Amino acid sequence: MSATEYERTPAIAEKGYETPLAHDLEAIWESKPGIRGFLSTVDHKEIGIRYLVTSFVFLVLGGIEALVMRLQLAGPNKSLLTPEQYNELFSMHGLTMIFLYALPVLSGFSNYLFPLVLGSRDMAFPRLNAFSYWVYVASGIFMYASLVLGFAPNDGWFSYVPYALKPYNPGPNMDFYALGMIFYGVSTTVGSANFVVTFLRMRAPGMSINRVPILTWGTVTVSFGNLFAVPAVSLAFLMMWADRQFNTHFFTPETGGQPLLWQHLFWMFAHPWVYVVVLPAMGLVSDALPIFCRRPIVGYTVVVLGTITTMVLGFGVWLHHMFATGLPFLALSFFSAASFVITIPSAVAVFAWIATIWTGRPVITTAFLFFAGFIAMFVIGGVSGVMTAAVPADRQLTDTYFVVAHLHYVLIGINLFAVMGALYVWFPKITGRLMSERLGRWNFWLVFVGFNLGFFPMHVTGLMGMPRRIYTYPDGLGWDTLNLITTMGAFVLAIGILLLLINLAISRRGGAPAGPNPWDGPTLEWATPSPPPPYNFPVIPLVASRHPLWEERLGETEAGHSEIHRGPVLADGKEALATTALDAQPDVILKMPEDSYAPFVVTLAMAVAFTGLLLANWWVAGIGGLAILIGSLVWLWPEAALAQKARRPA
Amino acid sequence: MRNARRAIVAGSGMAAALLAAPRPACALGWADFPMNYLTTAGVKERPVVALTWGLMGISIAVIVLISLFVLVGVLRRRNTDVSLPEATRIPVVRPRSGLAWISIGVGVSTVVLLGMMGWTAVTMAKIARPPVDPAVTIEIRARQWWWDARYESGDPTRIVDVANEIHIPVGKAVEFKLQSDDVIHSFWIPALGGKTDVIPGQTNMTWLQAERPGVYRGQCAEYCGKQHGHMGIVVVADVPEDFQAWLDGQISPAREAASQQVAEGRDRFIQRCGACHTVRGTRAGGALGPDLTHLMSRGSLAAATLPNKIAYLSGWIANPQTIKPGAQMPNLEISGPELASIRSYLETLK
Repeated sequence: MSATEYERTPAIAEKGYETPLAHDLEAIWESKPGIRGFLSTVDHKEIGIRYLVTSFVFLVLGGIEALVMRLQLAGPNKSLLTPEQYNELFSMHGLTMIFLYALPVLSGFSNYLFPLVLGSRDMAFPRLNAFSYWVYVASGIFMYASLVLGFAPNDGWFSYVPYALKPYNPGPNMDFYALGMIFYGVSTTVGSANFVVTFLRMRAPGMSINRVPILTWGTVTVSFGNLFAVPAVSLAFLMMWADRQFNTHFFTPETGGQPLLWQHLFWMFAHPWVYVVVLPAMGLVSDALPIFCRRPIVGYTVVVLGTITTMVLGFGVWLHHMFATGLPFLALSFFSAASFVITIPSAVAVFAWIATIWTGRPVITTAFLFFAGFIAMFVIGGVSGVMTAAVPADRQLTDTYFVVAHLHYVLIGINLFAVMGALYVWFPKITGRLMSERLGRWNFWLVFVGFNLGFFPMHVTGLMGMPRRIYTYPDGLGWDTLNLITTMGAFVLAIGILLLLINLAISRRGGAPAGPNPWDGPTLEWATPSPPPPYNFPVIPLVASRHPLWEERLGETEAGHSEIHRGPVLADGKEALATTALDAQPDVILKMPEDSYAPFVVTLAMAVAFTGLLLANWWVAGIGGLAILIGSLVWLWPEAALAQKARRPA
Repeated sequence: MRNARRAIVAGSGMAAALLAAPRPACALGWADFPMNYLTTAGVKERPVVALTWGLMGISIAVIVLISLFVLVGVLRRRNTDVSLPEATRIPVVRPRSGLAWISIGVGVSTVVLLGMMGWTAVTMAKIARPPVDPAVTIEIRARQWWWDARYESGDPTRIVDVANEIHIPVGKAVEFKLQSDDVIHSFWIPALGGKTDVIPGQTNMTWLQAERPGVYRGQCAEYCGKQHGHMGIVVVADVPEDFQAWLDGQISPAREAASQQVAEGRDRFIQRCGACHTVRGTRAGGALGPDLTHLMSRGSLAAATLPNKIAYLSGWIANPQTIKPGAQMPNLEISGPELASIRSYLETLK
């Protein structure tokens, strides 16, 4: 048989959601009911929802940890927590929010939305997608097991050596973190590869690279970033674990190791990571804000270029976490300059959003309030970041509460505000129900007031000299009142987030029916029913503009008209269409894999292997390793059904 | 001076009054924040304080301006008179391109950023080196969780170790060599200068120069374990004559026991504490804890955690693990009479 025998030109037909074709597709794409379907599904929508739910569970856990710390810090010389308990809590809080909440919640949106906004039926690698979720959950449980067992990581999310090494930290605390992070890195890596390939090859015909929604640009940019950044930190944690386990002396100064090496490797990853957890959120806002301004975003092209520039520059600023480490001023001046310059592409986005609001006609929904608040918080977190770019100023600011304030304005302001707004926008798509606007207003204002009440005073606490990561502080230094205000703000913020959760719970069943396009949005996901069927689109849509659902009204028809319900019919089994990377010309029909237990089983095997490494039980680790190998073989075993066939199987 | 020194330790805001900053009309002054770095008493810090204020001023202006843009933009043409989701039936249009916002906004931002960048570079050049050669060199050895300071000298008999309280001469540059034998710490006296990390395996250098006499509190600024929160340090800037007198006093060995009772206390101290602490002139020669030869000359105990008063001293000796849980000093189960005896000796270490 030669390759040509498989060639096939799909029929072009006009088919809607209530046709025999759609019923066939439903049968082909739907997962099994019950636990079997739960463990084996590869549906990107199901996986996206799981990412969202799981990351919110971790958000709540990290939030509770923060509240306990805030009680300890509400006044001077409190002894609610021992120093060790406090140190474990701030470490868990940091790693939870940064790793187990901030990126996974964005991956949730991206997983759910990528195929829908790109006009595709699934991600490029559906099983890898399921795998990336399972590994995320397993590594999260692995790291949280330490807290349950009483050996939580106690050296912060940054885990500076030598404190993280055996002589100062003999318990298994740091082993949990080091191995957990290597484990977690697998999830991020495969997830990123999947987003990159999906973005490049799974777009609807005609959706050339300048017509994709900005949220996919945000995610694909950081996915590229992850592929370069994650290896640095996985290597660093492997070296740390080896130092702890085998005395390899990578970081031990008395035997020729270099403590600063850790900081370089860690921040080479961790600074880009800051952009990784904000750029996709900025993308969500860049797509959703214009819906409520009733106009397309101002400056699509520069916003996209700004996103990419930020990520690239983000790799050149890691030293600004190390301004006080004694490096020579000449080296620091380069990184200082880069840290100023990286503000410019962010300014592009800010002015694009403001211009969109000014030249549009804003509709004040809860989602819009979150996005408007997001812009203000973005700017506060941005300018305080600029202050830390100035080396001499930073040598005072660094490691004080000023930086705590800064990073929370960045992470809560740019990530959580965007996420909450995005939930109000896309929850109706996911569930078919609108969220309550009434509760939404309370939700927004409590979060907005609580957040600013809690975190704005922290800038001042920092300027008044309060260092970070201290479990208590004396009176007489002027920090008492500010800390009490911060604690009160933290609780108001928590109540606001509780309201969000209540709103989600109530609206899931009791919300007003949303219909396919409650906000009159411009992109392809709004052309599907809410919730969308497992196959997303009965025929692959053909796209002729950036705003397929607005193009007639905007007169964006110079390249023809987009066709949502008329396009290639792909129904010989699970099929999707791959298009070319730049112009999205139809390229090849993809046979998509069926549901599979393999991702779940391989994840279990990995959990066994990592537990073996943690216990230094090489037999268990070996068995786990072997199981990974066998599981992967089964997973990747060639299947005839996945080959291209000209004819539908009988 | 002595009282002020005690106060700054943790006891009261009184110490603040010594920081000779102008007191604004409002209820709180800078002096109520002894660790603030928006005012300074240091030559090195003066251009940095100006830079920090400048950047902060620009930042606040940007925040106000952008917030106004957002607020006015939202309120100007908003739609609230329609219920959801009917609200979104407002027609979609592509009005003006709006690109001018981006080009003007980003253009202005870039110019401002470049200005800030230049100001930063100039400031870095200013603080890189002291204006005059350092008059004193102090080797700091940061420990979990206290500070050892060794005054260097060409004359070996004039090299001396002190702990947690450093004196420096006003108006002279002082060079610091920073070393650690355990984990990473950071040396930070906010009123005099920014942080420099203390990293095992390397010697970082920094310098400070006080403009006027005073007591300046500092604190470890790099997370270093359980008692990172109680790793304070005090820098006392004296006029040069006072500094010289202090240094001479520190160099001298501990005074002889003046009575039988004190001599008993000394022997108990050597027996119970001497393995970790040094009192020069006695057989107590331990190096794990602070040198206590002139303990009573210090304003504070336990790395600026407690005021150096008799009651606190007793409490600390009896039960360090309650005051600083995890500290290297163990609870020694010292009996009451034994404690009184040791304390009566320590009180003579002026």
